[in-house]
Formats: sequence, C-alpha cells, structure tokens
Amino acid sequence: MAVIQSLVAQLVQMTVLLLVAPLLAGIVRKTKARLQRRRGVALLQAYWDLLRLVRKEAAVAHDASALFLAAPYFVFAATWVAAALVPTFAANLMFSWSGDLIAITALLGSARFALALAGMDIGTSFGGIGASREMMIASLAEPAMLAIVFAVALVAGSTQLSTVAETMLNGHVGLRVSLAMALVALLMVALAENGRVPVDNPATHLELTMVHEAMVLEYSGPHLALIELAAMLKLALYLSVVTCVFLPVGMAGGPERLLPDALGGAAWFVKVAALAVGLGVAETSVAKMRVFRVPGFLGAALMLGLLGVLLLFVSQGM
Amino acid sequence: MIQVAALAVLGLLGLGAVGAALGRRVAGRVLVYGGSCVACATLLVAGAAAMAGAGSGLALPVGLPLTGAHLRLDPLSGFFLFLIGLGGCGASLFAIGYGRHEDEPQRVLPFYPVFLAAMALVVVADDAFTFLFGWELMSVASWALVTAHHREEGNAHAGFVYLVMAAFSGTVLLLTFALLAGGAEGYGFEAIRTAHRGAPVTAVIAVAALIGAGSKAGLVPLHVWLPLAHPAAPSHVSALMSGVMTKVAVYGFVRIAFDLAGGAPWWSALVLLLLGSATAVAGALQAFMASELKRLLAYSTVENIGIVFIALGLAQAFRNNGLQAGAALAMTAGLLHALNHTLFKSLLFFSAGSVLHATGTVALDRLGGLVRAMPWTALAFLAGSAAIAGLPPLNGFVSEWLTFQAVLLRPDIPQWGLKLAVPAGGAMLALTAALAAGCFVRAFAIAFLGRARTPAAAGAREGDAWSVGTSLGFAGLCLAAGIAPGFVIDRLAPVVRALVGQSMPPQLVNAWLTIVPVTEGRSSYNGLLMFVFILVSMLLPAAVLRGRVRRTAPWDCGFPDASPVSQYTAGSFAQPVRRVFGSVLLGARDRVDMPDPGDGRPARLVQAIIDPVWAYAYRPVGIAVGFVARTLDGAQFLSIRRYLGLVFAALVALLLALTLWQ
Repeated sequence: MAVIQSLVAQLVQMTVLLLVAPLLAGIVRKTKARLQRRRGVALLQAYWDLLRLVRKEAAVAHDASALFLAAPYFVFAATWVAAALVPTFAANLMFSWSGDLIAITALLGSARFALALAGMDIGTSFGGIGASREMMIASLAEPAMLAIVFAVALVAGSTQLSTVAETMLNGHVGLRVSLAMALVALLMVALAENGRVPVDNPATHLELTMVHEAMVLEYSGPHLALIELAAMLKLALYLSVVTCVFLPVGMAGGPERLLPDALGGAAWFVKVAALAVGLGVAETSVAKMRVFRVPGFLGAALMLGLLGVLLLFVSQGM
Repeated sequence: MIQVAALAVLGLLGLGAVGAALGRRVAGRVLVYGGSCVACATLLVAGAAAMAGAGSGLALPVGLPLTGAHLRLDPLSGFFLFLIGLGGCGASLFAIGYGRHEDEPQRVLPFYPVFLAAMALVVVADDAFTFLFGWELMSVASWALVTAHHREEGNAHAGFVYLVMAAFSGTVLLLTFALLAGGAEGYGFEAIRTAHRGAPVTAVIAVAALIGAGSKAGLVPLHVWLPLAHPAAPSHVSALMSGVMTKVAVYGFVRIAFDLAGGAPWWSALVLLLLGSATAVAGALQAFMASELKRLLAYSTVENIGIVFIALGLAQAFRNNGLQAGAALAMTAGLLHALNHTLFKSLLFFSAGSVLHATGTVALDRLGGLVRAMPWTALAFLAGSAAIAGLPPLNGFVSEWLTFQAVLLRPDIPQWGLKLAVPAGGAMLALTAALAAGCFVRAFAIAFLGRARTPAAAGAREGDAWSVGTSLGFAGLCLAAGIAPGFVIDRLAPVVRALVGQSMPPQLVNAWLTIVPVTEGRSSYNGLLMFVFILVSMLLPAAVLRGRVRRTAPWDCGFPDASPVSQYTAGSFAQPVRRVFGSVLLGARDRVDMPDPGDGRPARLVQAIIDPVWAYAYRPVGIAVGFVARTLDGAQFLSIRRYLGLVFAALVALLLALTLWQ
C-alpha cells in the first residue's frame, strides 16, 4: 500500500512538472513582452504551440539516421527523469533516492550529448556550429555546476537533494558566504544551461548567434515538440533546484499527507513563478554576449563555485 | 588457482612459438587467437576466483639461480589478472575475425600471446626479479607489435620513442626495487614487505615508483610515447595496450605504493592528485583536438589514467591520515574505473579497427556517414562513447560518481596542501568529464554521422561477425556494469581491504541494486532504476505520438548545400574549445597566411599547437643528449694504443678515488 502511495506521489510530481513547465516558459515570455511594452502572446500560448506541433507530420531529411529519430525521445526522457529527481512539493519521494544532484547533472549531460549528436547527424553546417558551441559551453558549465554541488553538499553533508532541502529547512545552516557564492554561480549556470540571454537567445533565429536553436534546426512536428518540452522541463528543473536548495520554505517532509503536500505544491509554484518573472526581468536588462565572451562568464561561475568549496574546506579545521 | 594461471601463461608462451611457426597460415591465426582466447578465459576465471580467496603461492625452479621464480595470486593480483583475462579474451575474439585483414601476420602472431603472457606474469610475480622480467618482456613484446607496421609513416618513430620510454621506465623500476630490497633479506615480496626503511628511502621509493610505473601508464609528462605507440599497433593490440597494459602499470604502482613500500610521506598523495589532475585535463584536451580516431582514443586513455590516479591520490591521502573508510571508497572508485576503462576503451579500439579496415583510414576528416553502412559498429561505438563520457546509466558514470563522493567526504585532513588539492582534484575531474563528453560527441559525430566525406567512407562495409559481435558484447558489458555496479563493488571489497585495511559497505544488500557509498541520507545511486525510467519515459511519448514521418531534403535555413565538404569537420568542431582552452594551455594559434596582391598562391589558415611537454621537457633533453653524443663522437675513432691508455687512466683514477675515500 505504502509503495503504491509513494509511486502515486512520484507520478504526480512528474505530471505536475510536465504540466507546469510550459506555463513557466509562458511567464518568462510574458514578462519580457510586458517589459518591452508589448502585450505579448497569451500566457498559455506555449501549450497551444506544443499541441500544434504534435498534430503536424515530422519532416525528416533523407540523410537522417535512426539516431536522429530516436534523439528527441531520449532527450525528453533523460530531462524528465532528471526533473523527477528534484523535490518540488515534497522531499523524500520514492524515486529521489535513485540519483543525487550529481546524477541529475549527468542526466542533463546525457540529454545534451544526444542532442549534439542529432545536430550533427544531417551534416548541415548549422547543426555543427550549434553542437560544437554547445559542447564548449557545457565544458565550462558542467564543472561549474559540479563545483556548486560540492559547495552545497559540503554544507548539507549530502548530495541528495531531499536531504539538502531538509538540512536547509531545519535552519541550522545560517547565512554562509560560500552558499551565497554558490547561489550566484548556480544562477549563472542556469542561464547558460537553459540557453538564456546573455549566453544564448531562445527567441533568435539569427544564424551566427544561436546555439541551441541551431542544433534543433532540422527538427519539426512532434520531434520538435518533444525537444521544446524538454527545454521547458529543464528550465523548470533548474528553477526547482534553486528553490529546493536555497529556499525550501513550505516543502513537505514526505509525500504521506495530503494537506502539507498541497501547501508545498502551492509554495513551490509561487516560488518558481516568481523566479520565472525574475528571469524575464534579467533577460530584458542585459544584452546577449558574443560567443567567445561566454567562457569568461562561465569561468567566473566556476571560480565562484570553487571559491565557495575552498572556503568550506579551509574553514572546516577552525 | 595460481597453478592454473601459471599453466595459462605457459600456454600463451607456447602459442607464441606456434605463431612464429605458422605465422603466414590461416591455421596459425585461428590457433593463436583461439588459443589466446581460451588461455585468457582461464586467466579471467583464475583471477576472479583469487579475488575472493586467501591467496596461493608457487615457486618455480627457473629464473635467478638459488632463488627461482615466485608466483602468487592474492586478491589484488587476482583483480588485475581478471582485467587481463577480460581484455585479452575480447581482443582475441575480435582478432579471430579482424586478424584476417593483416598483411603480414607473421609480424603480429608470435608476439601477441607473449605480450599477454608477460602482462599476466607481471601481476602474478611474487619477487622483484620475476616482476621486472615480466615488465621488460611486456615492453619488448608490445614494442614488436607497435612496429609490426613499421613501413607506415610515423610508426618507426613511434616505436623508437616507445622503446626509449620503456627502457627509462624499466630502469627506474629497477632502482625502485633495488631500494625496496636494500634493507630486506632477498627479493621476495614477503621479505620486502617486512623490511624497515628510513624516511628518506621511503620518499625516494614513492617518487621512483610513480615515475617508473607512471611512465608506463601514461602520466603527464611521461605520456608522450603513448599517443604515438598505441595507435601505431594493429587495432586489437591497441585495445590491449590501452585497455590492459596501462592497468598493469597501475597495478605496478599500487603494488609498490600501497603494499610493498609500507608507508608513504603525506606529500606523495599531493603529488598523485596534482599529476592525476594534470594528466586527466591534458589528455582530455589533446583528445579533443586530435584529428585521428585512434590517436584520439590514445589521448583519452591518458585522460582516464589521470582519473584513476586522482582516485588513487585520494585513497593515499585518506589512508595516510588514518581515514580508512574514505580510503576504501576512493580505492574502490579507482579500481572500478580501471575496470570500466578496460571495457569501454577495448570496445572503442575494436570499433576504430573495424572503421580502419572498412575505409582504410582513421583520419576523422576522411570519414563520415558510417552509421548507415556500419550500423552495428556505430551502435557499439556510441555505447562506448557515452560510457567513457561518464553518462548515466552506463558504467563510466558510476566510477566517476564514486570518486566525487570520495572528494565530498570532507574528512579532517590536517595537511593544508591536501585540503586544497582534494577539492581541486574534484573540480579537475569535473572539467575532464565535460571535455570528454565533447570529445566523444566530436569523435562519433564526425566519423559516423553526417555524410561521407570521401568515396572510401561512402563505400564502407560492416565488419565480420567476430569483430562486430565482440564490440557489441563489450557494449553490453558496459551497460551491465552501469546498471548493476554493486556486483563489481562487492567483488572488489577483499582487494580494497587488503590495500587500505577497510572496504566499502556491502552493496548487494541494498534494495533494487542501489549503491550507497556511505549512508543512504548522504548519497545513493541506482543505475537500474535510472535505466528503466529512461526507457519507460522514452516509450511513453513514442506510444502517444504516432505522427507521420515524411522524408525530404534538409532544411538548413532554406539553403541546403549538397556538397559534403560544407559539413563541420573535426577541426571546426574543436575550434571553440581550441580557442578557449588550447590558446592558454597549449599555445594554440591560428594565423591567416594571406598572399600579397598579385601572388597566385591560395590564402591559408595555419593552425599551430605547442605541446608544452615536448617543447619544454623533452626537446632540451634531446638537445643535451645530442650535444653529448657529438662531443664524444671523436672517442669512437681512436687507435688501440689510445684506448688502452684510456683504460689504464680510468683504472688509476678509480684506485685513487678508492684510496682517498677510505
């Protein structure tokens, strides 16, 4: 019985993430539009876009291999599983013990690996430019992310997000310089990983500046829908990680009782929605960087994360 | 068990003679590779059995007079014997099919089984003489295999560099064992273990063991021979050299540093961590820029050896400070990564061999689109790439994850140097993993995806059943070791306990094959669930979305270019990383060579890389050796009278020195 109950809770979490992710993307878009004094598209437009894409047929190049056809499914699956590992409304979900924050990072790495390969599959130069730049960005963003994981794990004594959230909730942690550094670094990495301004621009179709869009240029129809949904899920995942680690207020301790779960869900939604608005503001207020300025940006994130870790290692003996 | 292993080694040596006699015949190939496969399977079983057992010894009346040769199988040698058996079995199976494409099999067949036998001899040796004999035999046999295709461009040079470095490694190890046996009564490992040594001697031993074994393993800056020699050999031998021989070198280091030498100074862990990190990053970066598939794989071997040495450094750091649990975790991670690397690097070299045979080249820019002609090889290479890039749910991720967990234990290490080096090593490992992922996206995408860049690539055919089957089998092993790592970790427990005094908690008692390095609240990972969930999450949308698929021309922003030349090449894919990392660490420079107006020659983009190791470590040594040789050249052409005079003068000088010294 307990197993079924926790399985249901886990499935609820996965479904909620799937349903909320496009809304978050819509909130970001709407915020940006309002700040630019446009009315913008409807908040729910992302859902209609996805539905429209799903109903279409997929146009696939003659040269495409089986990998090209399988990649969208894998990218979606890996991102979804990674998102399922992040506690949203409640900690200690059934599945959360099968992977920690390092595994989440690596799962997103798997998705990126598949997407970069798919970008190269047809042999167009846009796919190549996107894939090679994506891997360059990842080569700095991933170590930065892991440095952040180190910092958080050293404070909480665990890489398991559920444990981290509980430690942070208990309030014994207090304010720490290293955690502040980790937070700043995490926000920078999140911008890069989600292809946001100033690293990449999800709205652009200017060839020389795009990274993520260049990789998925050849996709259409349901394939494109899956990739877009995976990108939205990834955004929801990163926002959830930020709230889970640095602002776990309201999260239920476990998925047993309905009321704390519902409250936790509401609190989570408010937090990620607020972060999405913040992302929209941030994206409007900065300009996109040249591609070769990105290493400097991410290098700063990496150094911040590492500095936080070093502070923790050094301060321990005192 | 040791008797079985000794018989298998003897059998392999016998197969060498068979190879010499029947080298040119088909029967010779089948006999040698089939026999090697059986012998390696025997080694594999013997090794696996010895990992759990108490150890058994055997004294042979050969070798040094009066002492003879001593062999012994304990858990540590059992594990590495298992690795040799595994890699050797795979390489032999692969070669039964692949070997038929060899132009001059008589150059390969006699040495191949001897090489295997020598590696096995190194790990079962129980005295310094047998160890060094096996070590040198391993070097010579592999050198003969490296120079098997000596007429191809660059291979003779590779063989020469390899021979020099192997001689260097052997000499340093000789010195190490001389110091180890100095205070001991005899050359037996048991006597060496119990001997007492002063702190300075222990320090010299620690450094010498690192140099001697490290140069065979490919530690920076002693790795220069590796990317030359490994690709030069026939592909199944490349797989053995990268997948297995480097592990034998790791064995040599672990045996000396963790077992024979007793203690080690605290800074040796620092040196290990720093060298391991430098090796990992340098290997990954060079692999990212390599333009040939086999060279790329060789550089990636350097990188993985770095990862293993980071884990060993962590184990050393924890062990020296009495933190046995952390040492056990780090040591398990290191040994597990050694096993994983044997699996995926063998597989990758097998696939590269199939590509080499199918297209006649391994230059990335002459390949492309092979996934259509060689789907099974492509699948195997893809699995190997994902595994080596450390992607879940495959096996490479597990060992890297365990290493990260060891970094994050954050125990109280009193030494400040280590306090800083431990997280730095973790960060370098993260950087390495990310670079490796990019590197293997590049390797797979340029070679197997896109469109064929040359007619040779367009006309490729899938390899034979033996080679493809072996590659796919190893891909399956990569997946199996990724979703059920608990089996391996529990088998490693006796090995680790023998080395650091403690082992990781048993893993198979956990539900659903979860691995829990310390406590469940701290961290856990479940490859099986991960795999199943990804599979289900893939099938779910696949079942819901039954969209039609229409084949059409590529979109490419409306301007598809039909020429395969317009595709991204290996060089252009590496350009961003080259510019970001290479310009700092390797002095990578791009220069546009623009002809003057009226000059008819084409403009060129000239790319240059300065490998700092060659430029600043090896070239000065080479220049110095050349200078000394030229200076002494005159002494070659003296008359007999002068030579006798020189001998007499030397004798007088020696006697004088002896008198003065006393």
